[in-house]
Amino acid sequence: MVGSHKKLKKVIVSVLLIIGAIFAGFPVLWMLACSFKTTAKIFSWPPKLFDESFNFQSYVKVLTDPQKMRFFLNSYIVVGCVVVFTLIIGIFAAYAFSRFKFPGKGLLNSLIISVQAIPPIVLLIPYLSMIVAMKLFNTYYALILTYTITTLPYCILMMTGYFNSLSKELDEAVMIDGGSRMRALWQVLVPISIPGMVSVGMYTFMNAWNEYLFALVLTKTTEMRTVPIGINLLMGQHVWDWSQMMAMSVVGSVPVLVLFLFFQKYFIAGMSSGGVKG
Amino acid sequence: MNKARVRQKLSPYGYLAPTIILMVVFLVVPICMVISYSFLNNAVVVKESVFVGLDNYKKILADSEFQGAIKHTFIFVIVSVVAHICLGMGFALMLNSDCFRTRTKSIFRVIYILPWIFTASVIALLWKLILQPGGIADYLLQFLPGVNKNFSWLSEGNIVLGVLTFVNIWCGYPFYMISILAGLQGISGDLYESAAIDGATGLKSFIYITIPQLRSVLLSIGLLDIIWTIQSFNIIWMLTGGGPLNKTETLSVYIYKLAFNSSQYGLASTAAVFALIACIILAIFYVKLQRKASD
Repeated sequence: MVGSHKKLKKVIVSVLLIIGAIFAGFPVLWMLACSFKTTAKIFSWPPKLFDESFNFQSYVKVLTDPQKMRFFLNSYIVVGCVVVFTLIIGIFAAYAFSRFKFPGKGLLNSLIISVQAIPPIVLLIPYLSMIVAMKLFNTYYALILTYTITTLPYCILMMTGYFNSLSKELDEAVMIDGGSRMRALWQVLVPISIPGMVSVGMYTFMNAWNEYLFALVLTKTTEMRTVPIGINLLMGQHVWDWSQMMAMSVVGSVPVLVLFLFFQKYFIAGMSSGGVKG
Repeated sequence: MNKARVRQKLSPYGYLAPTIILMVVFLVVPICMVISYSFLNNAVVVKESVFVGLDNYKKILADSEFQGAIKHTFIFVIVSVVAHICLGMGFALMLNSDCFRTRTKSIFRVIYILPWIFTASVIALLWKLILQPGGIADYLLQFLPGVNKNFSWLSEGNIVLGVLTFVNIWCGYPFYMISILAGLQGISGDLYESAAIDGATGLKSFIYITIPQLRSVLLSIGLLDIIWTIQSFNIIWMLTGGGPLNKTETLSVYIYKLAFNSSQYGLASTAAVFALIACIILAIFYVKLQRKASD
């Protein structure tokens, strides 16, 4: 009796699990399938997942188009700088929060948590005039600067948590030997914090890679656009060349997808500790 | 001696200096700018804009488009957040059940996280393709009996907000699923065992053990999600641009259009102040919750 009850439960859960997987995965599979078809076949009736028009033409077109490759170059430059700056500035701040007691600490900490709640659209209005006044409009600097601001709070909070989990005796040992605090931080704490930094770095990468709104307003020319804007621009440009648009979407998603698959453990650790924008 | 002590006292601020400078210049100052714009006539556009007191606020509150945007945002947020919690909880429970091998579960976990990986423009493009007239959504709909297929998903005023909410649900639930899954794995098995001895299994143990144990996780991700969903702009902007006839215009889209399409920065800032206040109130709750959790 108990055995059959358990079997029934397993069947029900399996069915639900598969329905869930179709809900989550089918749209992605459809995107992948369409990127290998010709546009005419995408709207054939009844639709087929794969058909005889299977080809790599759209990928060849995307990967050999210098303009589209420029979007990728821009994204890599911006995102690379953002990850490096966020980590460096964030590690300094996290060290202060983890190893010192100072007036204003609690207040500053609350502020850092709460600034993550400020709507980007609110900041964008003054940012546009500030960036124009600083003569940074339509440059990498505009994006690097604004993205660093938005990714920094999460980095500080996560790294503070990470440093708190490391014993204070570690840095005290360095200082007893006559080393400075800087040395304790960069030669002792940072090297053993690599897992935490990978997790934070990936989140920073993902958030910066996916950012759309700031890039839309703070850059203007096609040469300065990033991947998300580039993908969106295709809609107007290619008069519904769906095959090529899907190929570009797939290519544009690969960097984050690869990071996710290789570093799943860190990814999930970072995600479940909250405070991450998706 | 004294000098060294002063240095010691100041050194944390040294480490924090880059953060504090960035936060003051790019968060405190801009927020003050937005608030000041909201009291000015023709802010940004005209150099000598005049102080007009609460005029902008009166105008905004009387604007039916603003009221519509608030209403749409409200519906969008409530439905999204409730659906996120339900789906996230359901998937997390399935992935945590003892019916399957770890291997199977980790494959399904990857599939379930997938929607969360993609950038908003890919999600928008992907759903635009699915919802195209003659696309796959139309094809699937014909199998439903009694449905009159005589509309277009992204331009039929009565359903398009629902369609956008659905897309937002699709790409937002994985965050809940992962957080809840981590929470579930932290619940001690002993609790369930002793409950089973008392005769509480299945639904009962879910209500009396699982939910209370997950309470703080659910509250904090729920709050975060409300904050993020209030701000959501990308998918709506790319799929409908707020149309048709402003029927999918949410607060962020409304502010964007005022500021960057019609250059009415004063009015846009006024609407932005409302969004800011809502998010800050929620953020205060969130900070309190985090404090409580860390105590």
